[in-house]
Amino acid sequence: MILHTLEISPQQLKSRLGWEIKPQGACKAEICIPLPSPVMTATGAINVPKLAERLQMPLIHDQAAGLWCLGPEGGAKALTSAVAPDFELPDWQGQTFRLSSLRGKKVLLIAWASW
Amino acid sequence: MWQAIRQELYPEGLEIVTVALDSLGLKVALPFIEVAKPTHPSLIDEAHLLDELFGVVNVPSGVWIDEEGVIVRPPEPAFPTGGKERKYQISEDTPLYVQEMITEVKKIQRDPAKYMSALRDWVTNGANSRYALSPDAVIERSQPRPVEEAQAAAHFELGQYLYQQGQIELAIEHFKQSHRLQPNNWTYRRQAWSMVDPLQGPSSWYDSDWLSDVRKIGAENYYPTLKME
Repeated sequence: MILHTLEISPQQLKSRLGWEIKPQGACKAEICIPLPSPVMTATGAINVPKLAERLQMPLIHDQAAGLWCLGPEGGAKALTSAVAPDFELPDWQGQTFRLSSLRGKKVLLIAWASW
Repeated sequence: MWQAIRQELYPEGLEIVTVALDSLGLKVALPFIEVAKPTHPSLIDEAHLLDELFGVVNVPSGVWIDEEGVIVRPPEPAFPTGGKERKYQISEDTPLYVQEMITEVKKIQRDPAKYMSALRDWVTNGANSRYALSPDAVIERSQPRPVEEAQAAAHFELGQYLYQQGQIELAIEHFKQSHRLQPNNWTYRRQAWSMVDPLQGPSSWYDSDWLSDVRKIGAENYYPTLKME
């Protein structure tokens, strides 16, 4: 997740990295990790360095570009749950597609590339 | 290739979603999509989101997801066709590097018959298919993600963002970091090499290239052996 500042909203966190802020902590599928108070700011934003430390997410800084990137949680497997991560991507005609729109059908998701 | 499978299996309840992992976006994927004429969702993933979310490390990779949105097979090599019938044309005019690439490509193991047989079984039998894995097996079979590989994902994302902003030299440093941190991720390497040389050959930008790296591991190990059960 590309960042220009080190504070993000809970909505940004959920839509990009799949973690939802709930009363019990940061939750993804069946997993919830309690958050110590410094993670959330007084205005309800998320302190990214504190969150990254808590969830074992890499926070990469490019000083020359003035940017950070918050990566996925590490330390286990790429899939921490069998529940398919929902995502939103544009189709080739520019329409937004969301994986969960196919609930009720079997889905074969194929990753390919032109290169 | 997948459009024919979609026509066959859509009436049985399967939808196919193809996702182009292409940092250069629609302009490079479109010629292939126009030929395929997909009637299924055909998506463009400039940020390689599927690498990060599902643990995709090479293409083509297939993921099976059931009606409730639960993964029953994590990413694995997925070829609908292209086994022993593959043909390659080499002539005197073919550049030496390409000739050598073709020699290695011919050694790459693919098993479309096994994959498609299992897919059809799952479409027919659903959760009762012996190819539908339990949630624990799905997690276990997904790619390991030690801290280094999570860092690789962040470096790759930053690299592709900077590349799109025109900051090529900064981008390449991050791509190189992603290659160092997750050496088995071919999508990170091939994507980065292809942006400086469509043949992914040696360049002044990177200290590796497709042919050299494939020879290091042996082309027969380029894809993991397909274990359907």
